[in-house]
Amino acid sequence: MQPPKLLVQDVSKSYRHGRQTLAALESISLTVNIGEFVTVIGPSGCGKSTLFNIVAGVDSPTSGVVEIDGDGSEERAGKAGYMPQQPLLLPWRTVEENVLLGLDVRRVPRKKALAEAHALLKRFGLAEFAQYYPAALSGGMRQRVALLRTVLFNSSFLLLDEPFGALDALTRLSLQMWLLELWQTFHSSVFFITHDVREAILLSDRIYVLSSRPARVVREVSVDLPRPRKSEHLALGQTVQLEQELVALLLKEQML
Amino acid sequence: MIWRKLAGYGPALILAVTLLVLWELYVRAGQINPQVLPTPTAIVQALIDNWGIIYDHTLQTLLETVLGIAAATLLGLLLAILLDASSWLRRAIYPLLITSQTIPIIALAPLLLIWLGFGLEPKIIMVMLYCFFPIAVAYADGLAGAEPELLNLLRSMRASRWQILWLVRLPGAMPAFFSGLRIAATYSVTGAIVGEFVGAEKGLGLYMKLEANSFETVQVFAAILVTAVLSLLFFGLVSLIERIALPWYAGTVARA
Repeated sequence: MQPPKLLVQDVSKSYRHGRQTLAALESISLTVNIGEFVTVIGPSGCGKSTLFNIVAGVDSPTSGVVEIDGDGSEERAGKAGYMPQQPLLLPWRTVEENVLLGLDVRRVPRKKALAEAHALLKRFGLAEFAQYYPAALSGGMRQRVALLRTVLFNSSFLLLDEPFGALDALTRLSLQMWLLELWQTFHSSVFFITHDVREAILLSDRIYVLSSRPARVVREVSVDLPRPRKSEHLALGQTVQLEQELVALLLKEQML
Repeated sequence: MIWRKLAGYGPALILAVTLLVLWELYVRAGQINPQVLPTPTAIVQALIDNWGIIYDHTLQTLLETVLGIAAATLLGLLLAILLDASSWLRRAIYPLLITSQTIPIIALAPLLLIWLGFGLEPKIIMVMLYCFFPIAVAYADGLAGAEPELLNLLRSMRASRWQILWLVRLPGAMPAFFSGLRIAATYSVTGAIVGEFVGAEKGLGLYMKLEANSFETVQVFAAILVTAVLSLLFFGLVSLIERIALPWYAGTVARA
């Protein structure tokens, strides 16, 4: 049997702060199967981003195992396309040059990289902005560019850390739909962080709910909505009920 | 567009003209001997009358300044990168760098003369000594100011230390480099003049000294005027290079 895209087993993380030890993650176990869209929600400051940094290979767990494609080695960096909360576009690079940043890191020849970036920009409706500098783009456009940069680096496994958190409601909805289109095009496996319950339900196959610090998995739910998802799905009775349930759970955690 | 920009200098222009008129009137009213303080019009007249000689000296000073700034830029960039390379190097170099600025550079000029003679080299070194510090400090700060999230993003792409430096930190620090260079540019001509003052075969500094020795104050003022214009030109030139080299920083929307 093929191993899952991501396996996180008993992962704990604590930080030394002077004499004190601060626990951020406590024995977290979860999986993302190939082609699956999995979301983690949790109260703010619960350590979701710490978990992502560990999966992305820029931080290491205090204990526990992280496997990507069945490989549990410490050298995880580069095995996922990681998109942090801020778009973090390089202001001196044009849109096309930002999109191909990951290929520069991989030392792909510029001509080939540009061709790939152009194809992607065209496929996802950003071709006319290829020569723009990021400063000239709206917040939503910047996130689209950052997302394409992530996909061009690694389309098989995307780690998205609250990518739409700073956007207004309408832009957010249009980007959510755009992300789902992207996901279906590339058959990516997605590991997604948010604290927006509706967003989690609209996008995901499965949702893990984390507790407040130190983060534990307190609940795992499957979202049984048909694909492709539509914003109308959010008005269905079963969705509303799930939303209420998850919000109540998060509120309880936030109080602690 | 250009007029609106020039209008921004309006207040400075009004103040400068007012001061010059007051100066002119004060001297003409016989309040002070023109031999001691010549009028602005006499200074301009002297500059025109002696343009042939002054032009020759100006070329020499210009050459020394340009070479000195180039050397200061190289040294400044090198020092900044060294400061940034490791915290050990930073702790080793930084205190020495600060201490070097407590030395009165003017006191070094006669020493340079003893060591290197009356030629070009001691002046280039003087300009370099005046100019490298702001460049080094500004660029080092720029390098240190890279966003940690951005560095994490690059690490998640498995970028090497050198790639992070080359792709993100060096270009990201360019605006800081240009602020340092602008400050350096305003000092640079002064550095060359000080060098020439102590001993030279040619240059505005030498001209000033000779004319002052024969009480030709009006000629000294003419040379000072040229020095000021030269410094302003250097400042403007650096700003122009910055606009061309960093179009994204100057607010350009897209690459042409």
